[in-house]
Amino acid sequence: MNHSGASGRRSTLIALASTLVFAAVLVLVVSNAPGWPSVKQAFFNGEVFRDSLGVIPEAFLVNVKIFLIAEVLILPFALLIAVLRSLPGPVFFPLRALAVVYADLFRGIPTILVIYMLGFGVPALGLSWLPIDPLFWGVVALVLVYSAYVSEVYRAGIESVHPSQTAAARSLGLSHVTALRFVVLPQAVRRVVPPLLNDFIGLQKDTALVGLLGVVEAFRQSQIEVASTFNYTPYLVTAILFVLLTIPLARLTDWLVARDRRRQLAAGGAL
Amino acid sequence: MSAAPALVLDGVRKSFGKHEVLRGIDLELAPHEVVCLIGASGSGKSTLLRCVNMLEPVDEGRVVLGGDEITAPGVNLDRVRRRVGIVFQAFNLFPHMTVLRNVTLGPTKALGKRRADAEEDALELLGRFGLADRAGDYPDRLSGGQQQRVAIVRALAMEPELMLLDEVTSALDPELVAEVLSVIRELADAGMTMLIATHEMSFARDIASRVCFLDDGVILEEGDPEQIFSAPREPRTQQFLQRIVAAGRL
Repeated sequence: MNHSGASGRRSTLIALASTLVFAAVLVLVVSNAPGWPSVKQAFFNGEVFRDSLGVIPEAFLVNVKIFLIAEVLILPFALLIAVLRSLPGPVFFPLRALAVVYADLFRGIPTILVIYMLGFGVPALGLSWLPIDPLFWGVVALVLVYSAYVSEVYRAGIESVHPSQTAAARSLGLSHVTALRFVVLPQAVRRVVPPLLNDFIGLQKDTALVGLLGVVEAFRQSQIEVASTFNYTPYLVTAILFVLLTIPLARLTDWLVARDRRRQLAAGGAL
Repeated sequence: MSAAPALVLDGVRKSFGKHEVLRGIDLELAPHEVVCLIGASGSGKSTLLRCVNMLEPVDEGRVVLGGDEITAPGVNLDRVRRRVGIVFQAFNLFPHMTVLRNVTLGPTKALGKRRADAEEDALELLGRFGLADRAGDYPDRLSGGQQQRVAIVRALAMEPELMLLDEVTSALDPELVAEVLSVIRELADAGMTMLIATHEMSFARDIASRVCFLDDGVILEEGDPEQIFSAPREPRTQQFLQRIVAAGRL
């Protein structure tokens, strides 16, 4: 890509102009729609917007707490699942099978069902030694579901490391686990950081599902606001907060992908 | 009675699926002997080397390393592999580690050497092969010849009793072959026992104490290099060498 000089300025101008035209058309179409005045009143009410800015961001901190805890737990747990699945030999068949069943099960069941089953089902068992805090079970559900996805991401990374690397490590007398730890995993993890962050973007959104258990996080709080104002603008506030949170992670992912591509080009395919 | 053989292969067989790659290999290496394996691509040279350090499990037959049968059940293969160095055609350096770390990984993680000691030994070895100034570099900053010399040093750092070299110059640009061959020559002069699969016939002729011609999974002919290259007995050996001469490699 060559953005030098006049041709660079020209393409910037073209991009700007086409964006403006597109935005103008969109505004015209929407604002001329027959239902626009009532939609505007229901979703874009300035007064309600201002009022929501106090309580909803505060509740949003609960979402931030949920995904931070979940991410910290998912990273090692998913890695463990992926490693179990990569163990060789017939002795480890039960562990491999367990890892496969786990990944199939929790990628298959809708997240919302897992949250309901754990959040309402487990406390209903009446086992006094188990926590009954819905926040706890919400986090557990998200960790279980997203670890299934992330373990597949790790596994793809492990399998992308050429078998000759393992052969070289084993030929030095390293055990399977030591070779995995020092030779295979460092290369695998580096490669899967972008898709892994992508899964985390999905996780951040799904923290809203924990609200269904009664935890007052941003989505639940906005429902409460909607019920008291008969206006949907609090949902808009919540949506904006989630987007604002996603953007940095999305850009970071893009940047990492671009950096990897540059490195590959620099290495000239020598590896 | 001389010392125990460094390596004995006794009726080694190996198949991949229905394809039998090794069909009964018998071979013996005395200590300090350098044996070159020659033969067409697909004749089983690489598989044979990988069976010696059990990177490929053998289907039948015995492999005896320095008097210990390593094909016996219950043998700790990690311990066996610490005694055998192997250098691969494609170098197989660890791209995420510096040259120094590549060399010290085995001694620290497999032999339990202290890191400082391992690094000291590694730097000395790297210096011996003209690589001291590359210790802090990552492999992708090195030329192919340098990478392969690092791979040799990595194997040597384990102080192996036997070295296996698998077509170590085949992936190199022609002008880089000599620097790697001279390293191997130095090892031979130092008395290292080596089993070398190679396409470099003049090198084999020069360095080998014995040459084995591998054809279709068996050692069809073996003898001292003079005899094999000047007066091969088997028609298949003659054919193979004629093709090599025609290709300008001998």
